[in-house]
Amino acid sequence: MSVHATKELQAYWKENLVIILGHLAVWFFVSFFCGIMVVDQLDKFMIGGFPVGFWFANQGSMITFVILIWTYVYMMNNLDKKYDVHEG
Amino acid sequence: MSILTWTWILTGLSFALYIYIAYASRAKSTGDFYAAEQSVPPIMNGMATGADWMSAASFISMAGLISFMGRDGSFYLMGWTGGYVLLAMLFGPYLRKYGKFTIPQFMGDRYYSNSIRVLSLLCAIFVSFTYVAGQMRGVGVVFSRFMGVSINMGVIIGMALVFFYATLGGMKGITYTQVAQYVVLICAYMVPAVFISMQLTGNPIPQLGMGSAITAEGAMKLNDVTTQGKYLLDVLNNIQTDLGFSQYTNGARPRIDVWFITMSLMIGTAGLPHILIRFFTVPKMRDARSSAGYALLFIAILYTTAPAIAVFARTNFIKSVHNVKYEDAPSWFKNWEKTGLVGWKDKNGDGIMQIAKGKETDPKSANEVKIDRDIMVLANPEIAKLPNWVVGLIGAGGLAAALSTAAGLLLVISAAVSHDLMKGILKPNMSDKEELIWARVGAGVAVCIAGLFGIYPPGFVAQVVAFAFGLAAASFFPCILMGIFNKKANKEGALVGMFVGIAFVTAYIVYFKFVNPAVNDKDHWWFGISPEGIGTVGAALNFICMYVVGKFTPEPPQEIQDMVGSLRYPGKLVAPPSAGH
Repeated sequence: MSVHATKELQAYWKENLVIILGHLAVWFFVSFFCGIMVVDQLDKFMIGGFPVGFWFANQGSMITFVILIWTYVYMMNNLDKKYDVHEG
Repeated sequence: MSILTWTWILTGLSFALYIYIAYASRAKSTGDFYAAEQSVPPIMNGMATGADWMSAASFISMAGLISFMGRDGSFYLMGWTGGYVLLAMLFGPYLRKYGKFTIPQFMGDRYYSNSIRVLSLLCAIFVSFTYVAGQMRGVGVVFSRFMGVSINMGVIIGMALVFFYATLGGMKGITYTQVAQYVVLICAYMVPAVFISMQLTGNPIPQLGMGSAITAEGAMKLNDVTTQGKYLLDVLNNIQTDLGFSQYTNGARPRIDVWFITMSLMIGTAGLPHILIRFFTVPKMRDARSSAGYALLFIAILYTTAPAIAVFARTNFIKSVHNVKYEDAPSWFKNWEKTGLVGWKDKNGDGIMQIAKGKETDPKSANEVKIDRDIMVLANPEIAKLPNWVVGLIGAGGLAAALSTAAGLLLVISAAVSHDLMKGILKPNMSDKEELIWARVGAGVAVCIAGLFGIYPPGFVAQVVAFAFGLAAASFFPCILMGIFNKKANKEGALVGMFVGIAFVTAYIVYFKFVNPAVNDKDHWWFGISPEGIGTVGAALNFICMYVVGKFTPEPPQEIQDMVGSLRYPGKLVAPPSAGH
């Protein structure tokens, strides 16, 4: 399998960058923002027995990280197909 | 059967399995030895990466560390998992497309410079040795605590095993033994956690149990009926404040420091060579992405359980020891007293054990109980009165965690010597066979040096672990990132950036850890950033230098820019994407 069109590939790369930036925004939000910067404010609320900020710092951010990688995998596999560069 | 018998049986079986796998998957070519012929299925690579990543420290020490730090401990949790998001999106797929065998080789090719290759291989070797020293010691410690063998003998047994499968199988042997080691270590970690979560909260999932209310049975276990129906975290918070500690769910560290440490651990993770090379072993670019997903899933199983164990163990420990007469102390307390991990000093002479703030050795503190952080995982099954085979499993799990990480690190060292130094620079004409011999010799020598570190542990190991992450963050992370995402990033910028990043991080850490440790506190740190978090600043300096120097020096040659372009897409490129420039 080979790839020809230059313009198309630049569009593919641009779309990839947009997807990455979107994912990094969520990555930053759950860990650095919710888990560290506003953790005390969030701790005033509870989910079950967890203060919300504490939960983000101890579990929520990690669970989100796992989901983030899998949505990235899913979106990129679709993008590979859209630009017909998917590998076998 | 006794705990000792079970430990020997389970450890023996697991070792036999590792040896069998190593023999079955021995390496025949350098491609096998460095990258397992790029034929590892992503789910297997995910497990192997998990085992590679989770070290003796993750397995034995992390939960205990967190149990003493409360919410502040979360920077380990977020920092040591968040890097995988970066690996999946920013590094893994593109390094797989590059497809060669080592990180120094990538650095040297991308920045068309042997100086950068040499600098990178020195960094890779330094970071890996720093890390491996702790692993071999960990092997010895597990052997001595669970099996009554001396620490040195334990290190030698561990060395012999790693020597066998690392020199024989290279990456291929290591990968498949790591898969087995992941299974062993995750079972060993989860089984006690599930049991204890059931006992205290009736919820079999420890992650949920941590935020649940205590059941009637749990309250009995804690010898305190008043805790029934209350949330476990509230109960622990109350215990903490009653004893004069701060609330468990509150943090004490300045938030700016937590922020910088988390960032430093994340980008340090993404810059560690033994993790990066795992992406070379899968067949395709898309497999590199999904194997990062599997890896983090498998890692997160342990990492989300660790804070739960921290909460269960701390509550259990204080409730079963504090204000209890020494003669009524639980049997596990007396068992582990022999190892020195727990201890009691009757300061007020009342025969009752009291826990309070401060060290038990400090005459001013009312605290009488010594608690080593490792006890929280090691004695966990005994505290919860679980069957002997579960206790035996902990030993096998700790060994699996330490050995798998050690093997991955040793491979980085061996490849840096044989592939980058010998084949790449000193003896470019040697044959594949000859290189394979060098790789095996390199692995063998590295195992022996690592073993010596285990037997004669340098006193500074704990201090230099922060150094390993800081260095990876300040050297590899920015250069690999720019190398993929900016075609114009050039040799001069990378060289200056790496030097500045490494020099800055080294100077800061050496100053606070070795030259002037007396001022290693938040009033003296720059902007309140501890040496553990300084890698973030080093990385930022590296980025700035690369950008500024790159502006004033020549662009990289066209073929390098084309090569970078080709990394970004799956499949072969016929027309280079930069043709339009």
